Amino acid sequence: MAEIAVIGTSWGGLAALHQILGALPSSFHLPIVVVQHRHKDSGQLLPRVLQDDTRLNVCEVEDKTPIVGGNIYIAPANYHVLVERGHLSLSTEEPVAFSRPSIDVTFISAADAYREGAVGVVLTGANSDGARGLKRIADRGGLAVVQRPDTAESPVMPAAAERLVPTARVLTLAAIAELLASLAVGPVHARRTGT
Amino acid sequence: MAVPLSDGSALEGPPVSYDPDLERVEIELLLEGVFRHYGFDFRSYAYASIRRRLWKRVEAEALSSISELQALVLHDSTAMDRLLLDLSISVTAMFRDPDFYRVFRQDVVPLLRTYPFIRIWHAGCSTGEEVYSAAIVLEEEGLLDRARIYATDINGNVLKQAKAGIFPLTRMQEYTENYIRAGGTRSFSEYYTAMYDGALFSPSLTRNTVFSQHNLVTDRSFSEFHMVFCRNVLIYFDRALQDRVHSLFYDSLVMFGVLALGSKESLRFSQYEDCYEMLHVKERIYRKVR
Repeated sequence: MAEIAVIGTSWGGLAALHQILGALPSSFHLPIVVVQHRHKDSGQLLPRVLQDDTRLNVCEVEDKTPIVGGNIYIAPANYHVLVERGHLSLSTEEPVAFSRPSIDVTFISAADAYREGAVGVVLTGANSDGARGLKRIADRGGLAVVQRPDTAESPVMPAAAERLVPTARVLTLAAIAELLASLAVGPVHARRTGT
Repeated sequence: MAVPLSDGSALEGPPVSYDPDLERVEIELLLEGVFRHYGFDFRSYAYASIRRRLWKRVEAEALSSISELQALVLHDSTAMDRLLLDLSISVTAMFRDPDFYRVFRQDVVPLLRTYPFIRIWHAGCSTGEEVYSAAIVLEEEGLLDRARIYATDINGNVLKQAKAGIFPLTRMQEYTENYIRAGGTRSFSEYYTAMYDGALFSPSLTRNTVFSQHNLVTDRSFSEFHMVFCRNVLIYFDRALQDRVHSLFYDSLVMFGVLALGSKESLRFSQYEDCYEMLHVKERIYRKVR
């Protein structure tokens, strides 16, 4: 059963996130962690902008933020986000493939902490970050999802993920939103996951 | 569209076949062994991060399990030195978060100015980027001569680097931009001399600084301070250890002393939350009020 969704994106990500988050119903009860590459000194504009799209609660990750269902957690600029069982930790370890936050780092930690409960989604982007992390999620029995490259503003990142994870579900943004909603709509509200 | 899938960096995790429960047992045993044999206590560090660093070291030593790493570091103290670097180094930059230093100059310096003599503690200073950054601000504000600065870290090797004050020349452009955005009032290049691929910072910046080994996990408070810097250090600790260190900071601050945390850290959920007021919400600068 899905317990957490992690979404990674880079170039073109804002519009893609806008479409997915905007389509999630207010009864959506999975926690979502979003890693969007951005400039190291970009402030807290991203969570504010994304909050306008959704009735779900959007917040920027702070160290040891508890993971609560129905919340959308945005990786802060210039930190890696590590998923632990029940909470999120931050790290200023060196950038991975020139990225901090690194999608791979967050995805790998989510795969290892939540195993088959993790859902990984790779969206538009102009580099290959996220592919290794998505593979890890698939290898651990989680669900791997990739935006259809021909529908992505920049196809490089989803194409790389699709190539490394051939079993991934390759879908349009609308279909990704539908899939996520189908995993996490139901009678359970604001469920706390993990310990 | 043949983009390389990897930059060659380590996967930083175990093979998928590795049993996660067994892995946790091995990690706990290794940390217990390191503590009992060497006295370095990483047992309460945040799991996901320490796990990632341990696997990096496993890969760098061409080993295949945490248990093998345990055997190596217990029997070979030079291997322990290498692991200690992995575990204690924090990657930072001079004037990281320029806004923080701007607020430090504008809102905190005036408070510090009211003291005839200022004691400052950089807790977990690593290679010293923050120590030099803060010293530059204090120098420009005419306070450095009134200050006594203690820069501590668990790792003696990074302290030596901090004391030497040599940073990679390749980063000076970034640091200069940070410095300007932080409200620097001079030319950043005044503070260093380029030599080979290093930038040697003026030793006068640390004329009132004592670099010394101190372990936040096991050591006690050693003085009373008007300000404690501890930015992006506690993120590597688990909640229980964070609370213990907050108790150490509380005991080490004078009344109305200032505590500066990283901008994504907070005193929320800590038992000391009510003992401080926020001087600056966004930059997470607190003042002890009771």
